[in-house]
Amino acid sequence: MAKTAIDRSKMQVSDEIAIQITGMNKWYGSFHVLRDINMTVNKGERIVICGPSGSGKSTLIRCINRLEEHQQGQIIVDGTELTSDLKNIDKVRSEVGMVFQHFNLFPHLTILENCTLAPIWVRKVPKREAEETAMHYLHKVKIPEQAHKYPGQLSGGQQQRVAIARSLCMKPRIMLFDEPTSALDPEMIKEVLDTMIQLAEEGMTMICVTHEMGFAQAVANRVVFMDQGQIVEQNAPKEFFSNPQSDRTKLFLSQILGH
Amino acid sequence: MSVASPNGSFVRTEMLSPEAPPLAERGLVKWVRENLFSSVLNTILTLAGLAFVIYAIASALPWFLNGVWNAKDLKECRAIITASAGPEATGACWALIRERWHQFLFGFYPADLYWRPVLALGLLLISLAPLLYYGLRRANVMLVGIVSVATLIALALLDHDITHLLLFAAVFAALSALASVAPKRLIWLTLVFPLLAFFLLWGGSVWGPVGVAAGFVILALVYRLTKIALGVVVATGVGVVAAAVWWLMLQTSVTTALHALMPVGIPPVSSDQFGGFLLAFVIGVTAIGASLPIGILLALGRRSDMMLIKTLCVGFIEFVRGVPLITVLFTATLLLGYFLPPQSNFDVVLRVIILVTFFSAAYLAEVIRGGLAALPKGQSEAADALGLDYWQAQRLIIMPQALKVSIPGIVSSFIGLFKDTTLVAFVGLMDPLKGVTTIVRADVAWKGIYWEPYIFVGVIFFAVCFGMSRYSMYLEQKLKTDHR
Repeated sequence: MAKTAIDRSKMQVSDEIAIQITGMNKWYGSFHVLRDINMTVNKGERIVICGPSGSGKSTLIRCINRLEEHQQGQIIVDGTELTSDLKNIDKVRSEVGMVFQHFNLFPHLTILENCTLAPIWVRKVPKREAEETAMHYLHKVKIPEQAHKYPGQLSGGQQQRVAIARSLCMKPRIMLFDEPTSALDPEMIKEVLDTMIQLAEEGMTMICVTHEMGFAQAVANRVVFMDQGQIVEQNAPKEFFSNPQSDRTKLFLSQILGH
Repeated sequence: MSVASPNGSFVRTEMLSPEAPPLAERGLVKWVRENLFSSVLNTILTLAGLAFVIYAIASALPWFLNGVWNAKDLKECRAIITASAGPEATGACWALIRERWHQFLFGFYPADLYWRPVLALGLLLISLAPLLYYGLRRANVMLVGIVSVATLIALALLDHDITHLLLFAAVFAALSALASVAPKRLIWLTLVFPLLAFFLLWGGSVWGPVGVAAGFVILALVYRLTKIALGVVVATGVGVVAAAVWWLMLQTSVTTALHALMPVGIPPVSSDQFGGFLLAFVIGVTAIGASLPIGILLALGRRSDMMLIKTLCVGFIEFVRGVPLITVLFTATLLLGYFLPPQSNFDVVLRVIILVTFFSAAYLAEVIRGGLAALPKGQSEAADALGLDYWQAQRLIIMPQALKVSIPGIVSSFIGLFKDTTLVAFVGLMDPLKGVTTIVRADVAWKGIYWEPYIFVGVIFFAVCFGMSRYSMYLEQKLKTDHR
């Protein structure tokens, strides 16, 4: 990854808690997929979650906006506890943006419509205003000229940037990234990571599941390593990469950084 | 130009410009060679097919060419053909259609009231305009304009009173103007059309349909007033209950009283007298229009996480699909009579419509479920993650895509349903194919005629079904945004 100079002036972690997860357990049928997860994320934190596949990283962040239901423990997002209460779920979802591995843009709507849909229907923003906001964020992810095309006409990297813009249009306080670059060609990974770095520079609270260790080193203030449904190790990136504590982490790092 | 050296390396110094393909590889020659004569077998098949087509045309063409349009019975018809084309010649006797077209179209609907079904058909096509071409001004204006002119000509030919004609002309002019100024507003006509059509076809007091409409107004009002206090779901429930109370307990007495005060209405026509394509359209169009939303709800219900809803939907779909349509029709006409209170004379055509609608909805539900299954899970996850609620996600994200995938299946169901309306002949209703044709062929004057009525009915069915099929192709093309 290109080592561009990162502006850290606004990347400040506040004392306020954005997400609090305590004693959380989740099962898929009889499979214990998340085990006793405890995690606190402060406002402005940028957390990278990594780990081998099947370790529960995606499931964990999908629990944060209730795309997956947890069976035990407590998840409090921005002061709202996630229970089966639909009102709370909708409140959390409208404040937490999510970017998926496979973009999940709506193929029957134009880029602009993709970006304005949720503000218009969920936030009840007037159409004109929603379009202005959408164009603002499309400028920010550097594809305003694609606004009237359909997702199928864009490259993967452009689609992922649209997905980021679509989330931002809801003015979220927290952004979740679920392997945002895993489905992209190497050339396109950079443009998406640049957008994410830009977002980090503006002080957004971010949780990213990713294998981009360069990104983790450059932007994250904490790296969380998961294996077999549990958090094995978490530390500041410098410490995490230079001085891993557990054997499992060492093995993982040697495998992904080894070549 | 390029330079090749002995050691095998190669450098191109000048790029080649594109050239036209050779003669045998383009245009008609290429098409004929590739599609008709690409191999020995294909050549034989092509020639055999050609021979068959020529033979078929040669034997059928004289029959059509000798056709007679003016005769008062079959005997006269045959005599004219013999006189003009010789004793061996055969010919079509279209005079039957000329004499009896009104029965094929309207059944035994009173002749002096033909303007009512004609007007209803014209309004039907106009109220379809905003559904078929939503927001497309040009297409709306074209459709509404053509339908208006055609309907007015038809009404004029039915020899109608000039003041009425002027009134209709004013109505159609207003609708055409609306189509050109605000095509989306035509949807209001679409919304009131079912009641308007019922009033035109069945006739009677104007207060009946007004009473039904009032029920919907009550539903909307109650929903509006209670939504904030009770929430969307409960408010909908309360609204439905209030409307049901109105329809079942209050409406009849109120509308009877109103009719006594202000007897406004047109002569009633019993639905026993409906027949021919009027009947096919009444059953077909209503069932098509009503079964799509019910089918969507059933499909969603079948995929629901809620056990009770899921079980009900699965049970309904599997039960209805497992029963032949004829059984459903017999249920409508005979069996329901036992369950209804003895003095109630619930219209038989309405009963048939309701059961045919449910029948078709069960099939549509499965077609739409197929479309839903074709959508990646990520679509609903993305909608959820953006904070859209269930109904918003279904309406804005899921259904537009699922229905688009299901268009061929949905239209196939619709075409099948429209043709299946002829099955009502088995419960004594006068469908165009068997009901009317049997009556016409039983007439002494036309005894022995065979092909002509079936060809006439077949051509009309084909035109309608082919139209639906072409429209579905247009729609698929229009909605294609995936650029694969």
